[in-house]
Amino acid sequence: MSTSVMTKVRPPVRPARILLHVFLAGAALAWLAPLLWAIYAALRPYGETSEKGYVSLPDTLNLDNFINAFTQSDMSHYFVNTLLIAVPAVLLTLFLSSMVAFYVSRFDFRVNLFLLLVFTAGNLLPQQVIITPLYRLYLLVDLPGITMSGKLYDSALGLVLIHVAFQSGFCAFVLSNYMKMLPHELTEAALVDGASVWRLYWQITLPLCKPAMAALATLLSIWIYNDFFWALVLISTGENMPITSALNNLSGQYFTDPNLIAAGALITTVPVLIVYFLLQRQFVGGLTLGANKG
Amino acid sequence: MTTDTSTKSPEAAAVPPSGAASDKRVQTGHKRLLTRRDRLTLGLMAGLPTILHVALVWVTALASIALAFTTWDGIGFDAIKWVGLENFKQLFNDNPQFWPAVQHNVIWFVVLILIPTPLGLFLAVQLDKKIRFSRVYQTAFFLPVVLSMAVIGFVWQLVYNPDTGLINSLIGANEPGKYIDWIGDPDLNLWAILIAASWRHAGYMMILYLAGLKGVDPALREASALDGAGEWQTFKNVIFPTLRPTNTIVLVVTIIEALRAFDLVFVFNKGAEGTELLSILVTNNIIGESSRIGYGSAIAVVLLVISLVVIIPYLVATFRKERRA
Repeated sequence: MSTSVMTKVRPPVRPARILLHVFLAGAALAWLAPLLWAIYAALRPYGETSEKGYVSLPDTLNLDNFINAFTQSDMSHYFVNTLLIAVPAVLLTLFLSSMVAFYVSRFDFRVNLFLLLVFTAGNLLPQQVIITPLYRLYLLVDLPGITMSGKLYDSALGLVLIHVAFQSGFCAFVLSNYMKMLPHELTEAALVDGASVWRLYWQITLPLCKPAMAALATLLSIWIYNDFFWALVLISTGENMPITSALNNLSGQYFTDPNLIAAGALITTVPVLIVYFLLQRQFVGGLTLGANKG
Repeated sequence: MTTDTSTKSPEAAAVPPSGAASDKRVQTGHKRLLTRRDRLTLGLMAGLPTILHVALVWVTALASIALAFTTWDGIGFDAIKWVGLENFKQLFNDNPQFWPAVQHNVIWFVVLILIPTPLGLFLAVQLDKKIRFSRVYQTAFFLPVVLSMAVIGFVWQLVYNPDTGLINSLIGANEPGKYIDWIGDPDLNLWAILIAASWRHAGYMMILYLAGLKGVDPALREASALDGAGEWQTFKNVIFPTLRPTNTIVLVVTIIEALRAFDLVFVFNKGAEGTELLSILVTNNIIGESSRIGYGSAIAVVLLVISLVVIIPYLVATFRKERRA
């Protein structure tokens, strides 16, 4: 193919396109500016910025603030707390909500619409609507020997339960829509062959839902990791806080200068950013999976 | 609502316990057969998650309503006293923070729907044009959505800090006498926080609209272009009307976000003067020093009523459409 043909095939670069790129690049940069500013501040020593001001060219750029923020406040401990809450919460949410979705999408019992309605509406409520009685309930439930605090209050178990209860609404809705798209003959035939309901769910339906489950798992991990409110109210011991909520205490207790706070805040974004960049498609897919259906 | 489904769902009543009888059923009709054990399994599969969800979400929501008409110190159930509408009277008439909080929640919604939502739509339309680097731009605009609200609060504090923040440093307002207190000044702080909230919201809306635009039939666009319609006319007359389902979701999501707004404000200034929100008032009533359970519940009920006004019509419409499909 000669070059003259090539130029004819390729659409001419219109000025409007270039303008659009300039606009989008500028806007994207402006969008990242607050984060870049935080990174810049976190890379500079406090002494230098307090002397020269924050809007100045750097003499030294190093990772000292990041190292100090991480070690001084024992951040790894809070990351472990988050892990102990998020992993069981995500798995349990997916497990329970897929069972509900299986039930409402495969067996048209009378209650299925109502059930789905209850789950979905519950998920849309602001958390503060239920927090006062929930807080009292968590204080009332005695679990001696099961949780460190002897109650649901101030325990990882309590946080896992409320995450599961709250998030399973959204997941049940998304998964039931997904399962409805699977051919009905699939389970019908297996049922006639004498397969148990459990097998239909575990060995036939679930494996087909892998894409939706992966998207939801990504979404849930980020949401639960980012949760601030539940832990703020339902955890009283600072030591038991997951990382996102702990940040608020740490910034008061350990971190005295803004550069260190910036470093600490940025460290907490690392896990979500890794998940986001690796699984961007899943995340966005999950978010729009629920939305597209409405 | 159930009449339609009940005709298709005879299992609950019609499945006989014995194997022989159910075998016959398969041959005579298309009805599924379930053993007693299957029905037990199904009951547990649907029942356990429902119990957990209902107990922690709906029972507590109902308890909020009940407690709103009482006073209780939290010690012993016999200390619960019925006071009728007393909590609400106090809330509406005597609480200097209540009406500002309602107002701020409304402002939060209005700002989100008027600024970042159209911006997100605009970005989505541009990025939907099959341009190069579309993914890169999307990643940048969407990045704030994956960060926690708490982190967003910390990041924007670095921008707004009166002494060391980016804005005051740039405009030279970080010296005594010239301070612009973006976080403390009650006339400014809500707007400063709303910029941070919009920063996140625009990316979220962009993604929702991008998904909506993917569903638009390309033939519509071509037909419109052949008719000689310009870009703006095509969007206004052809694309936007087909985005109706997305618009509904965007509206609901934005209202819910405005009612849920909490983390950002709490990190910024704990909901001090100028940034009161209903969610902040409820929470302060729990973790604050004077915990008044009935009173806190009354605030939660106000929040619940507003939420349900939005949630119920949306869900009814959604599920009605689903049943038709």
